[in-house]
Amino acid sequence: MATDVETRLDSRLTVGEKIPVKLVIPVIVIGAIIPFVLGGYATFQGTLIMIYAIAILGLNLLTGFNGQFSLGHSAFYAIGAYTAAILVYHLDWPVYVTIPIGGVVCFFAGFLFGLPALRLEGLYLALATFALGVAVPQILKSSHLEGLTGGVQGLDVFRPDVPAFLVDNFGLTMDQWWYLIVFVVMLLMFWVAWNLINSRTGRAMMAIRDNPIAARSMGVNASLYKSLTFGVSAFYTGIAGAMAAIIIEFVAPDSFTFQLSILLFIGMVVGGTTSIWGAVFGGMFILLIPNFAEEISTGLSYAIFGVILILVIYVMPSGFAGLVNLLRARIKKIM
Amino acid sequence: MDLFLQQILTGIANGAIYACLALAVVMIYQAIDHFNFAQGEMAMFSTYICWAMIAGGVPYWLAFFATIVVSFVGGLAIERIIFKPLHNAPVLSHVVVFIGLIAIFNSSAGAIWDHNIKTFPSPFPSGSFGGLIGLHEVGMFFVTLILLLGIFCFFRFTRVGMAMQAAAANPDSAELVGIRVGWMLALGWGLAAAIGAVAGMMIAPIVFLDPNMMLGILLYGFAAAIVGGITSPGGAVAGGFLVGIIENLVGTYIPAIGSELKLTVALVLIVTVLLFKPNGLFGKTIVTRV
Repeated sequence: MATDVETRLDSRLTVGEKIPVKLVIPVIVIGAIIPFVLGGYATFQGTLIMIYAIAILGLNLLTGFNGQFSLGHSAFYAIGAYTAAILVYHLDWPVYVTIPIGGVVCFFAGFLFGLPALRLEGLYLALATFALGVAVPQILKSSHLEGLTGGVQGLDVFRPDVPAFLVDNFGLTMDQWWYLIVFVVMLLMFWVAWNLINSRTGRAMMAIRDNPIAARSMGVNASLYKSLTFGVSAFYTGIAGAMAAIIIEFVAPDSFTFQLSILLFIGMVVGGTTSIWGAVFGGMFILLIPNFAEEISTGLSYAIFGVILILVIYVMPSGFAGLVNLLRARIKKIM
Repeated sequence: MDLFLQQILTGIANGAIYACLALAVVMIYQAIDHFNFAQGEMAMFSTYICWAMIAGGVPYWLAFFATIVVSFVGGLAIERIIFKPLHNAPVLSHVVVFIGLIAIFNSSAGAIWDHNIKTFPSPFPSGSFGGLIGLHEVGMFFVTLILLLGIFCFFRFTRVGMAMQAAAANPDSAELVGIRVGWMLALGWGLAAAIGAVAGMMIAPIVFLDPNMMLGILLYGFAAAIVGGITSPGGAVAGGFLVGIIENLVGTYIPAIGSELKLTVALVLIVTVLLFKPNGLFGKTIVTRV
């Protein structure tokens, strides 16, 4: 159990690191320009990529930085989405408010699920979350909750119009407006994650991952940190779920099956488990690869995912982010 | 009273399937200390192979045994090709590979045999036993019982079976007395795949054949393994029957649950047992030393 995730060196390097401003500013500028350059469909896809990236980052905080496994994050994604949808559909709340509420509801759901799950070491937690991920669509369809969740039919979520002054002055479309909102939320979430990882709390999280017994004997309250990390991870995924519900303007139980858990897990592994920005690459991967895969053979996209996943484990265990770091180190050596 | 008896009997019949999957999960757990999350998808794929053979005109029982052989070889190959290089790799790598296998099997089954739900033939006559339980369920129960007995005798009375136990219990010592531990692990995978295939072929006439058919059943298989104790093959089998009976009784007598929240029952069972009796009913406590 000592070293579940094999990237200890990497995390030590990032401790106390400053945000690389020179790298981040161009990325922000490019990210902000994209919706005005690309068409509506590409903008919509970009929005989905960022939403996935936030969810993957949540999973990454849990697995990459705290060494716990979840195969049930589709459940938290669903809770976030349904929280937003129910508040908008039944109570007519403004959609913007439902995003943080979706996250907070998930935080408590995750914390409460993580609390008993604390007694479960690594694999057992994976098993318990697997059960959660498989059971949730059925719970959402249940006739007892039908009044609330809309049962198999799901719920519609209506978005308000883009604020008038933005339309008048900049001609902003709905897709562009929501792209920008999701973009800002994503930057905020990434900034929070960065600070979390580089704080005392982050070091405690990683200490628990690397050697739980040593961490405990150094006075780290492992149970508290583990369940809190689970809560924070669920919070991220819940925010993503709430935004996805609003963007797609619809929630239904079948969008949150176990396959979604697999998808997020794939994104995390391919992006790189101990990298924050790797989550963006993970999001791109799980959204764009199926499009390419469908061209090769319809219906085989998950098989291609599976093969890539296994190859990643053999060839580049620290994911895409690890590969980039490696290349950067090589190039520096040559120069 | 008839309803009660009926539910118990159906529970035992379904429990036999859960027992098989639980046994397969426990066998792999003992060999490599991991839960095989892909067990269900492997069984589903085997069932499709059997279906394809029957659809191609092969008689049922020939297809049945041919599928067992194919699954055995497939399981063996998975261990040799994919898991052998991962020996001593961290937990994450294993979980990732299991997830990869789920994706591969699920997606290829859909791509090869399409996603439409198919009926799967039963080798047993239709009709029911005393109006209580279908004859297929009775046959399914006896087939799995024979299988479980066979597995028991294999581990108890054959050299290879004993060697496999030794390799799982104490790999280093087993290696020293000349047992080829690596191959014993592969054999375990092969057996687990074959047992899963039998479970899949037996349950398919009831739940119908589609790429996602085993997900819920595997969940019950896990629940059975956890209830019985993940370190005890006998416990896993007992857990299977117990979980099968609980599932049916709860579904019948607690109206709020009915048939639509059955997976939640498995979730609650797994979490409850892990919380209050993590070693299950028959498992032994494992102490980790620093």
